[in-house]
Amino acid sequence: MVSQAVSAAVEQHPVKLEVSNLEISYDGQPALSNVSLEVRENEIFGIIGPANAGKTSFLKSINRMDMFNPNMNVAGDVRFNGRDVYNLRNVYALRSRIGVVFPLPVGLPLTVYENVALAPRLKGVKDKAELDVIVERCLARAALWDEVKDRLDSLGSLLSGGQQQRLTIARALSQDPELLMLDEFSIAVDPVTTMRIEDVLKDLKNEMTIILVTNLVQQARRLADRTAFFLEGECVEIGETEALFTGEVKDQRTRDYVEGRFG
Amino acid sequence: MSEQNPSSVEIMDAFDRRDLAWFIDKLVQVLVFIGGISAIVFIIGIFIFITMEGFGFLLDTLDFREFFMSPWWEPTDEDEPSFGILALIAGTASVTGLAMLVAIPFSLGAAIYIGEFATGKKRESLKVLVELLAAIPSVVWGFIGLSIMNPLIIELFDVPVGLNVLNAGVILGLMAAPIMTSIAEDALKAVPDRYREAAEAMGATRWQVIFKVVLSAAKNGLLGAVLLGVGRGFGETMAVLMATGHAINIPGSVFDSVRALTATIAAELGETAVGSDHYQALFTIGIFLFVITFVINLTADLIVRGIRNK
Repeated sequence: MVSQAVSAAVEQHPVKLEVSNLEISYDGQPALSNVSLEVRENEIFGIIGPANAGKTSFLKSINRMDMFNPNMNVAGDVRFNGRDVYNLRNVYALRSRIGVVFPLPVGLPLTVYENVALAPRLKGVKDKAELDVIVERCLARAALWDEVKDRLDSLGSLLSGGQQQRLTIARALSQDPELLMLDEFSIAVDPVTTMRIEDVLKDLKNEMTIILVTNLVQQARRLADRTAFFLEGECVEIGETEALFTGEVKDQRTRDYVEGRFG
Repeated sequence: MSEQNPSSVEIMDAFDRRDLAWFIDKLVQVLVFIGGISAIVFIIGIFIFITMEGFGFLLDTLDFREFFMSPWWEPTDEDEPSFGILALIAGTASVTGLAMLVAIPFSLGAAIYIGEFATGKKRESLKVLVELLAAIPSVVWGFIGLSIMNPLIIELFDVPVGLNVLNAGVILGLMAAPIMTSIAEDALKAVPDRYREAAEAMGATRWQVIFKVVLSAAKNGLLGAVLLGVGRGFGETMAVLMATGHAINIPGSVFDSVRALTATIAAELGETAVGSDHYQALFTIGIFLFVITFVINLTADLIVRGIRNK
């Protein structure tokens, strides 16, 4: 395993995302409090924790998805490329640089091809040949190309659940994002395909920064350079992934969770 | 990937840049806002217009007690005109009430059949047919009431006049049913199939699935359909004018002729002097109809919200 070496190298990388004193509440009910962390360029940053830990709320606060929910209130500081995301005019420019994969697949009611070509088109790519290349590359990376290459013109929303999830991943990649946020992506995907996508994520790390929210503890161990453990709205611990899994923890709760002795 | 990542400085600019997409977004937001506001402005404008026409009468001449409590609508009496709309309210309410008794079972039944049981071609042709029915002009329905229902009622029930609450109620019910069916069917169709699958997988029968799951998931839309029918009943003029007999009367049975609020305005407004008490009294009826409609819609809205929050 090379993860130790990579982790050491990650320390040298510039900070991509800096979160300090983040507080998130819904209708006054706190969902996440006092989170401070930084994610560095070209690392995979894992977030583990049981349901209701605040993992998804954390992701929503980064690309300003709080705007969809008037009850959601965010306080604190979120900086992307050093820029405060709660104080910028063109939130669409921010979102176009951050790819998101939601836990349940969202195949848009467009053809498979158009699903993947949408983001490049929005950015102004018109050349058919160029779009073809992007579509094939993104679908291939999401381990879907072989299954859909003969039916690119059928509706994306008609694919099976697992295929739609991979289509969603391909779509996120088509944005050519600087930051890719995956929220329990493997929930609707079979284990073999999950492994293939995990291999792709290891490659992608060289091109972008990845935040991986997962409730599969072993997935975080396989992929993440560093991992944060969230529990009931609190960020309990952040550390080198290998360290967390080999018992070098500051908090007993982290040890219990990664060893599956929880609750 | 293929393009190079822009440097940090460029990115910081991009997050504040007003690019073309940003401008189009703002422009559309403004247009949509104007669209939304103009609907409100039109409604307020209409309300102001009808209020102004009836306002002098409302303040000076009108005796509210008489207006709502007296069954005597004699606006053209030379010695002592009286402006009581109780009989007209009774006429509208009785016809609308009967119409709903006819329309609700018909339209819900049709909607459930089309939405839950019919498939393929049968379903598509039924939907087209229902929409065709909804497009029949109200004067045609009035004509049916006058020339078909009228002799039929006289013959069947052995009554002297066939233009009455029964006639108008049935006509109005048949008239409201197609549009109610169409809306109710949309509400049923909006219930996701996975609800039906989940319920059927537990061994629920077709009817149990419809009754326990589909109808309760669709109840907002169904309630909306019914209230749209009620609004249609209150507002309908021509068919009611032709089928009720247009006689001022508080009905004692469904075989009595009545007169509706709307039909009164339609029949009399052309014959009054602009600005006269009679003219203004008709506008006051208009205000009353407006308020009723407003209250119905508001109630519907509150009920629907209440259901949603549960």
